[in-house]
Amino acid sequence: MMNREPKQYSSGEVLAPPTERYTILGWLHKNLFSTWYYTLLTLVTLYILYAILKPTLIWIFTQAQWQVVVVNLRLFMVGQYPKDQLFRIWLALDLLAFTVGLAWALLLPKERRVGLVLLVIPLLLAALPFISSYSRINWILFAVIGFVGWAIGKWQPKRMRRPLIVLMLGYFPILILLISGFEPILKLVKTNYWGGLLLTMLLAVVGITLSFPLGILLALGRQSKLPIVKTFSILYIEMVRGVPLVTILFMAQLMLPLFLPPGLKIDNVLRAMAGMVLFAAAYMAENVRGGLQAIPKGQHEAAWALGLNGFQTMFYIILPQALRNVIPVIVGQFIALFKDTSLVAIVGLLDLLGIASTVLAQPEFIGRQREVYLFIALIYWVFSYAMSYASRRLEVALGVGER
Amino acid sequence: MRETVAKLKTTPEQILDLPEEDRNAAIERGELPIVLAHEVHKWYGNFHVLRGINMEVYKGEVIVIFGPSGSGKSTFIRTINRLEEYQKGKIIVDGTELSRDIRNIEKIRMETGMVFQQFNLFPHLTVMQNITLAPIHVRKWPKEKAEEVAMQLLKRVGIPEQADKYPGQLSGGQQQRVAIARALAMQPKIMLFDEPTSALDPEMIKEVLDVMIELAESGMTMLVVTHEMGFARAVANRMYFFDQGQIVESGTPEEIFSDPKEDRTKLFLSQILH
Repeated sequence: MMNREPKQYSSGEVLAPPTERYTILGWLHKNLFSTWYYTLLTLVTLYILYAILKPTLIWIFTQAQWQVVVVNLRLFMVGQYPKDQLFRIWLALDLLAFTVGLAWALLLPKERRVGLVLLVIPLLLAALPFISSYSRINWILFAVIGFVGWAIGKWQPKRMRRPLIVLMLGYFPILILLISGFEPILKLVKTNYWGGLLLTMLLAVVGITLSFPLGILLALGRQSKLPIVKTFSILYIEMVRGVPLVTILFMAQLMLPLFLPPGLKIDNVLRAMAGMVLFAAAYMAENVRGGLQAIPKGQHEAAWALGLNGFQTMFYIILPQALRNVIPVIVGQFIALFKDTSLVAIVGLLDLLGIASTVLAQPEFIGRQREVYLFIALIYWVFSYAMSYASRRLEVALGVGER
Repeated sequence: MRETVAKLKTTPEQILDLPEEDRNAAIERGELPIVLAHEVHKWYGNFHVLRGINMEVYKGEVIVIFGPSGSGKSTFIRTINRLEEYQKGKIIVDGTELSRDIRNIEKIRMETGMVFQQFNLFPHLTVMQNITLAPIHVRKWPKEKAEEVAMQLLKRVGIPEQADKYPGQLSGGQQQRVAIARALAMQPKIMLFDEPTSALDPEMIKEVLDVMIELAESGMTMLVVTHEMGFARAVANRMYFFDQGQIVESGTPEEIFSDPKEDRTKLFLSQILH
């Protein structure tokens, strides 16, 4: 024992790293019951979970009366949107499916999870027992069109690159045109008929799409050397950040008409959208500014030394890096914005939350608050979680080359 | 006795008063300096960083600038492409006077390439994109031409196989060679090197110096801030010793190494040439 020689490794020899293998019991012991206080913690946690989950699950599956959701499903989804015009919403969804399918084939070929969203989930929705056959057919169509988009992308990857970019840039205006209509081809649908999840999504999409570039401009303005631009940006950002969103929504509803010429009327939904965009832009500006400040001065200098002008330096060098650094914060803000759309219910719009209160006012469903609020909470959670998950994948995808 | 600091042969007016074509031709023939610094002063707040720098560099010359840290040598080389402003004096680069006029600054930045101590590659772009970005957007070359030139340059600095990698995947020496290729892609007339090997591990210094020596021998006009005295001995035409914001002594490598006149130069050289 005393004089044992240390083992000599020849230079060519490569040792495999030691592997850890556990049986289920072994894993349980290591992670949950390794010491007496871990054991205690585990047991307490398990008891709390049991105490919460048991009555909840029993209620969900035996006592709750989901009729209120099933009967009002269309209200929850699209509000008062005319029944004979619903095809336009489906058309917008189908176009989305096609675009995502194409993007899947061209941009994210290895990301199998896109298929889950594009094909599996719509087919599962189509299989739900209580939806109308019209929706069932349309969900199947959604999956088919998504698949067609993917197949076309696989078949003609080079040629479809340009159409994809056009679709991605053009989707937002097309969506608005489809939903609101344009005479004489598509009948106008006034915004007070927009409601439910449709309105919530539109508020969120408009808020996110417009506040993002506006926020970037404000962030750049705040760093500008021009004193007027700089002062305006700082004043705007600090004023908006000092006021709650509800106040801004009320101001947009009640005060805005005072500043507009008497003949000009902007409808409620547009006012709420404007309020949300202006509010979100101020926060976005601060997030982007954080990202801009984190970029080392050497990056600016290298770009200038190459002869790039101020705009090119910002556009090609600084912004791409700055935005990538703040993806988690920005997505966090998008999620917050998505949930904040529920505040428009306070100023009388019938978004998901607003619809919930009208449904609860129906005489046959008095007292069904639990079912209704649980249902809309689930919807909010599904979309928020999807955004958060997509952001994590995006970070991984964009993290190339960084160590 | 040899003067330790050479007086300027050229005045700014001699260059600026010539019509532009004659000016460029004279610079091309080596009759007028391609870089002229005339009584350049700079202050950081109250701190006088550059105290009257005079320097002439002719086409094809390799200039080595050395001195203790804080002597203003990096600051000076950074005034040449206006990464730093100066408050007094004149700098004329390739016949164009550096002024507040943004067009002049952009023109000069197109004619000068710069290599930094910290490489400053763009981490979100591949090596190829790093090199082609400026030629495509500033020189307005078609992408194919820019990529062709970039590939030639990558071969010249010895790492063509790294074209599609990101800077973070390369070693320090490789990154600095990409940075040199990136600067050369703009086909500059003058190359500025700001301590290009100071941030490198010792075994990587040589691969960068080899590229710089090859560049010097190809006839590139170079201003190099460095403490690599072997490099200076091999290729420098002239050396300038900076201390406390002034040029204390200048001369050929021969003169500086074997016969330094000033005590401060002697002391500094004895400290870095063990």
